[in-house]
Amino acid sequence: MIASERKPLDEILGQLEGEANVFVVACDGCSAGCQVSDPDHTEQMVKELEEAGKTVTGVARVEMVCNSGLTALMLARHLSSVNQADGLLVMSCGVGVQSVAAAVEKPVHPATNSIHLGGFQGLWRSEARCAQCGDCLLDYTGGICPYTACSKGLTHGSCGGPMDGKCEVDPSIPCGWERIYQRLAALGKADRLQEMPLRLRDFRNMLPMKERRRTSLWALELFEEPEAAEEAG
Amino acid sequence: MTFKETLANQDWVVTCEVAPPKGVDMKHVLEEAELLRGKVAGINVTDLQAAAMRVSSLATCSLLKQKGLEPIMQMVCRDRNRLALQSELLSAYVLGIRNVLCLTGDHTTLGDHPDAKPVFDLDSVSLLRAGQGLIEGKDLAGNELESVPTDLFLGAIVTPCADPIEPQIYKLHQKIEAGAKFIQTQAVYDVGAFEQFMKRIPEVKTPILAGIVLLKSAGMARYMNANVAGVTVPDDLIKEMAEAGEKDKQAKAEGKKGGHKVNTSIEIAARLIRDLKPLCRGVHIMPLGWGHHVPAVLEAAGL
Ligand code: SF4
Ligand code: SF4
Repeated sequence: MIASERKPLDEILGQLEGEANVFVVACDGCSAGCQVSDPDHTEQMVKELEEAGKTVTGVARVEMVCNSGLTALMLARHLSSVNQADGLLVMSCGVGVQSVAAAVEKPVHPATNSIHLGGFQGLWRSEARCAQCGDCLLDYTGGICPYTACSKGLTHGSCGGPMDGKCEVDPSIPCGWERIYQRLAALGKADRLQEMPLRLRDFRNMLPMKERRRTSLWALELFEEPEAAEEAG
Repeated sequence: MTFKETLANQDWVVTCEVAPPKGVDMKHVLEEAELLRGKVAGINVTDLQAAAMRVSSLATCSLLKQKGLEPIMQMVCRDRNRLALQSELLSAYVLGIRNVLCLTGDHTTLGDHPDAKPVFDLDSVSLLRAGQGLIEGKDLAGNELESVPTDLFLGAIVTPCADPIEPQIYKLHQKIEAGAKFIQTQAVYDVGAFEQFMKRIPEVKTPILAGIVLLKSAGMARYMNANVAGVTVPDDLIKEMAEAGEKDKQAKAEGKKGGHKVNTSIEIAARLIRDLKPLCRGVHIMPLGWGHHVPAVLEAAGL
């Protein structure tokens, strides 16, 4: 499975700025198991959105949002409420967010951060993946993950390498940042590439907890400081 | 004069790059740099260009500095994580190096150790932010420095003839916002396309130096058109080089002296420089092994 945790409300509202009408997509798979997108927490999310003045045009529950074919079918059933929305809030792992982005020509926003666990990587593996970076930035990138779509995992735009839309590393794959640019341009949001906030990946999110506990920094923080404090005090 | 002072005091500046050797004999690179003394505002030293292992930019810049030349250290994000990059910025500073050009860097798979781990912990924009942070007394994690490299002078690159051009322009703005104080560009052969680019960014006040790569042959031009991102050599220049190549062949067959290709290459570069002069703040010459011809280019351009 892919573990996920919900992003703070402030961050979600920040993503939805200027979008009064929101359609919510909630996954019944892994992220429901993580108590992020199960019916209760989805209802809670809708309530928080409405309290913040948003109109929720509809909610779609999808068995596994990472199943891109199924997601497209399920969203088709909600076509009119999807069309009424300015953007979609997706409560799933990063793969699911990308699967929704591929299905609709609207801004999609991740409601969660995907956390690294290893193992199962989502059903829609071949075309779009999630590296479980723990700080999902699909909102900035039009629903295309720069960590997996760009060969260098760049977070502030394309390198100098793309040729005719292809990546310098492998001309048989499209440049991830050109895809992001085209997608944002189609949504009329390309100018956000001008003001991308500083995005530094936090690689601690990639460490399993047990291993994190074995670092010397952990030992220093945990054991040396209280001892030093005792000596001083 | 430092590169920063020259940029502030002169309307038109020239920089040129040299490349460290794959080995330990520094004679050749130092000779090439020596040819530039008094002729350029700064000498760029490439950082493992084309992802090929060789002597570092830092060490080479330090040697140039000792000789009283003004180095511009290039830094790519491929080979070091954020600790090593920031440390190298400080290290450069204590060796007297002030100018740093920040790039993302070619991918490892394109170089001579294609099996190496590509790092890209930072990219060009976050490296600039890291450098700017150091100037302001803090590292990327927000820790205070005990002493501050206040005079670090950061630069960035742009590909002015890329297609589509919008992503380049967005990223240029990000780089300037992050701390870039000078811009050197990828090779320009199409002055019209460069002019279009400059017209799209009237608000940019950061000095821009247009890139000049010496054409060595028609074959090289065709190769670049097929393989180098954002570089297009127009057909008439390719034709000029091809004709010069033919003349050289003929001269050789007749046992006469050639040199037509070199002369044509110098002429083309000088012409580009003259045409670019009204459009930007200077040029950045990348001779790719033809460093010994740079003085002739500058002379032909009337510089
Ligand atoms: S940014 Fe990419 S890697 Fe990070 S959580 Fe989102 S989809 Fe996954
Ligand atoms: S060409 Fe595009 S996908 Fe490839 S490394 Fe550069 S920015 Fe990333």
